[in-house]
Amino acid sequence: MTLALRANRPADASGRRGAWLAASLRILPAVPTLLFLLVFFIVPAGEILQGGLVSSDGSIGFAQFERIARTPVYAKVLWITFAISFLTAAFSIVLGYPVAYLLSRVSNRVRERWLLWIMLPFWTSYLVKTYAWMLLLSKTGVLSTLTLALGLVRETNGTIPSLTGVLIGMVHSMLPLAVMTMLPVMRGIDDRLAQAAETLGAERSTSFFTVFLPLSSPGIAAAGLLVFISSLGFFIVPTLLGSPRETMIAQLVISSVLELFDMHFAGALSTVLLICSIAIFLVYDRVVGLTSLTGEVSEKQRGSRAQGLRLAVLMSAGRLFAPLVRRRGGLQPPTEGVRVFSPLGLFTMAILIVLVVPVLSVMPYAFTKSDFIAFPPKLFSLRWFGSFLGSPVWQSATIRSFEVGFGTAVLSLALGFGATLAMTRLPQRATKPLFALLVAPLIVPRIVVAVGLLYLLSRFGLTGTNTGLIIGHTVLAIPYVVVTLAAGFQRFDWRLDDAARVMGASPLQRIRTVLLPLLMASVTAAFLFAFLVSFDDLTIAIFVSGGINTTLPKQMWDDIQLAITPTLAAVSTTLVVLIALVIAVSSWFKRRAR
Amino acid sequence: MSAKLEAIGLAKRYGETVALEPTDLTVQTGEFLTLLGPSGSGKTTLLQMISGLVAPSAGRIEIDGRDVTRVEPGKRGIGMVFQSYALFPHMSVWDNVAYGLRMRSKSRDAVREAVDGALAMVRMSEFGKRFPKELSGGQQQRIALARCFAYRPSVILLDEPLGALDKKLREHMQAEIRRLHKELGATFVYVTHDQDEALTLSDRICLMNNAKIEQIGTPADLYDRPSTRFAAGFIGHSNLLEGALAHDTEAGGEPILLAAGARIPLPRTTQVAAAARHTLLLRPEALELVEPSRGFVDGRIDDVVFFGSDTHVQLSLPDGSELTARCARTLSPRVGDTVGLTWDPYRTTLLHA
Repeated sequence: MTLALRANRPADASGRRGAWLAASLRILPAVPTLLFLLVFFIVPAGEILQGGLVSSDGSIGFAQFERIARTPVYAKVLWITFAISFLTAAFSIVLGYPVAYLLSRVSNRVRERWLLWIMLPFWTSYLVKTYAWMLLLSKTGVLSTLTLALGLVRETNGTIPSLTGVLIGMVHSMLPLAVMTMLPVMRGIDDRLAQAAETLGAERSTSFFTVFLPLSSPGIAAAGLLVFISSLGFFIVPTLLGSPRETMIAQLVISSVLELFDMHFAGALSTVLLICSIAIFLVYDRVVGLTSLTGEVSEKQRGSRAQGLRLAVLMSAGRLFAPLVRRRGGLQPPTEGVRVFSPLGLFTMAILIVLVVPVLSVMPYAFTKSDFIAFPPKLFSLRWFGSFLGSPVWQSATIRSFEVGFGTAVLSLALGFGATLAMTRLPQRATKPLFALLVAPLIVPRIVVAVGLLYLLSRFGLTGTNTGLIIGHTVLAIPYVVVTLAAGFQRFDWRLDDAARVMGASPLQRIRTVLLPLLMASVTAAFLFAFLVSFDDLTIAIFVSGGINTTLPKQMWDDIQLAITPTLAAVSTTLVVLIALVIAVSSWFKRRAR
Repeated sequence: MSAKLEAIGLAKRYGETVALEPTDLTVQTGEFLTLLGPSGSGKTTLLQMISGLVAPSAGRIEIDGRDVTRVEPGKRGIGMVFQSYALFPHMSVWDNVAYGLRMRSKSRDAVREAVDGALAMVRMSEFGKRFPKELSGGQQQRIALARCFAYRPSVILLDEPLGALDKKLREHMQAEIRRLHKELGATFVYVTHDQDEALTLSDRICLMNNAKIEQIGTPADLYDRPSTRFAAGFIGHSNLLEGALAHDTEAGGEPILLAAGARIPLPRTTQVAAAARHTLLLRPEALELVEPSRGFVDGRIDDVVFFGSDTHVQLSLPDGSELTARCARTLSPRVGDTVGLTWDPYRTTLLHA
């Protein structure tokens, strides 16, 4: 995820009226997007804050927080939510860092091939991933059956429900996000810096700890932030893999809305999440800088005594690890990079296997002949695909998911394209707040967005409608569209646009004949990502799609809580295949664009 | 000749930074004018304002007497060749060249005729179906030229078009551009930082420095009669001797310059202006090596550099100032020798600064 915030032209900062007018014209394409986010994101979030901070007697304060903190059950939920989120972020970074490091040091071709295997679990629905872990970890699951069969243990209750199960599920879900966030920052680090450090006499490991690690720290921080905040709003994994002791705050929100019909309390809980997110976000922006989310490294850091101390610590860390790092006889030639069959390569491969295999492990169950899920599945039958595709409930859910996904993709692409276009043409000081606003839905826990939208949409009678779902999903999809398109815009040569302009092309003609054809790969990717965000979403769907009009993930969620049937395996298999197809198509487009 | 293009008080500021001081410039119809200067001298800013890609902070631009300051670039009747060409990578050569014509909604036959004509002019007729990345740098350059004049703009702007080519190809393309200029009869405004290119191509050179015009004139004007030290230093190699003006009482009051510990005769016609310092410009090719103390001044040879067609001799004068002389290969100067230097006083220029 990298971003171009500037085009190759000097910013016009002259104070004249004409220039001012020209600058305000440039923001025009972003206006619909800003209005959309204002109405469907800022206003709902503001309402939640207001609802949480203003108590019934009208005074502003933290009364709602006190209520939550004083009730032991809620305090415990709050505590476990933060603990699980923190552990998830920590594990995701520790496990993901070496993978991102390796991927940042290999050639483009190798990286893209490996990235496909990260994209698959990244885009696979959380529900499918969690379902897969249920099949692997439960009492009658693969692991229990195998360990029993091998005589490793005499009896077992399976790994779930337990904290371990929740953590396995969460880290498995979040690890791809962590890798994808750290990667752009690491790719931005010049190989020659490490070589320079080594020619200056640093050991390989000292060079890593004193050069690469500090330079990649914004990536670590960005990954930590995104994983932590996304985890705060998680409910699928703790519900399905955890015991009541691992109840997280989002589960409370859902039950208070859907079971207790206590919107006020749901609002208060959301406020806690929202305020935490904003606080973390502000601290993060102060310490690391928002731009690191996009792979840019800010020049904020200045020399100081603290820096000196840090350097000393990093150098001793490097010396400490020096014996563990294999010497390869002098400096490596720069083209060779990191070899696949090194400890690092094998570690990366192991991580990829752990990421991908569970996702694929649901497939055999879809072809089982038996009436229930059991390991090993009895092959081969298509009856569960028949029961999936033949059932009117599943059919309507599938059609609805496609409709909503398509609508979301079109709407968020139209809004995101305008906003990104405006962003690349505005002076840099205007792009930062604009970018912050555009990616904000990514940084606020989804459950908060969902609760806010529930307030708003119910007022307009849009709950349970495709329109309502498309609006909600578009809020979620805009950050993905913007980040994807911005990466494309960064590579776009604006002189081509100038050339077309000199030759007499109007703005629309330029977009049609030059900009769009050259950005086709990014536009396609953005469209597919937006589609997947919608197709995969459960959080918004739980609140906004009601009654019989459910989406595919909502239908799965309802089913999965009742019983783990082989139909679910058939649905999951279909979804995994679909996502694999989408990834293949988008990577084909990307390769063809070159 | 009449004025094709006029800039009147044209200026550009970016906040506090001045990219171009208020500037007046007139380009005649059919003229080849070069904007020459170091980077940051304002030459590209001036060109971009003429093209309309950058809006001026003050002043106006007229083409054929019409005020075009607020007219879109595509409606000014100009063509532009960009640095490193800016060819559309997703279109064939043919479609690239046809782009400007299609934007003007020309009929299919008119487009075909014009594109074929333009490709023929740059001798690239067989390459229409290729894509830009399948062409060499020189070929891409030709297509960029063809694309620019296919729709017959009367003013063609070229922004360092040869910057990306190697020396030999550059010289070849310079000849091509001169030929195209003659054949098209259009007005060319050409930006470069390469003085040789400017001297070879231009009818007139507009030398720019520090966001303003330093001097405008024919290449010979600028070479022989630079008006400032900067102009003297930027165009051609120059030796500058600083000194005080005096009158030689012995030789009938001829003006002389006291510099480098010597009395240097000046042409009788020298205008003796009052200035803080006077600098004499000596072109290396004007210097002649003679026996010691037979010239105006003696110098010691520090280095001899072989340049193929001739030899450059670097000398230091008694006061430590350094000179370069070009001499024919028949002479064989040796490092360490002391030689005398003489020249025709009428081939020198006195700068009052």
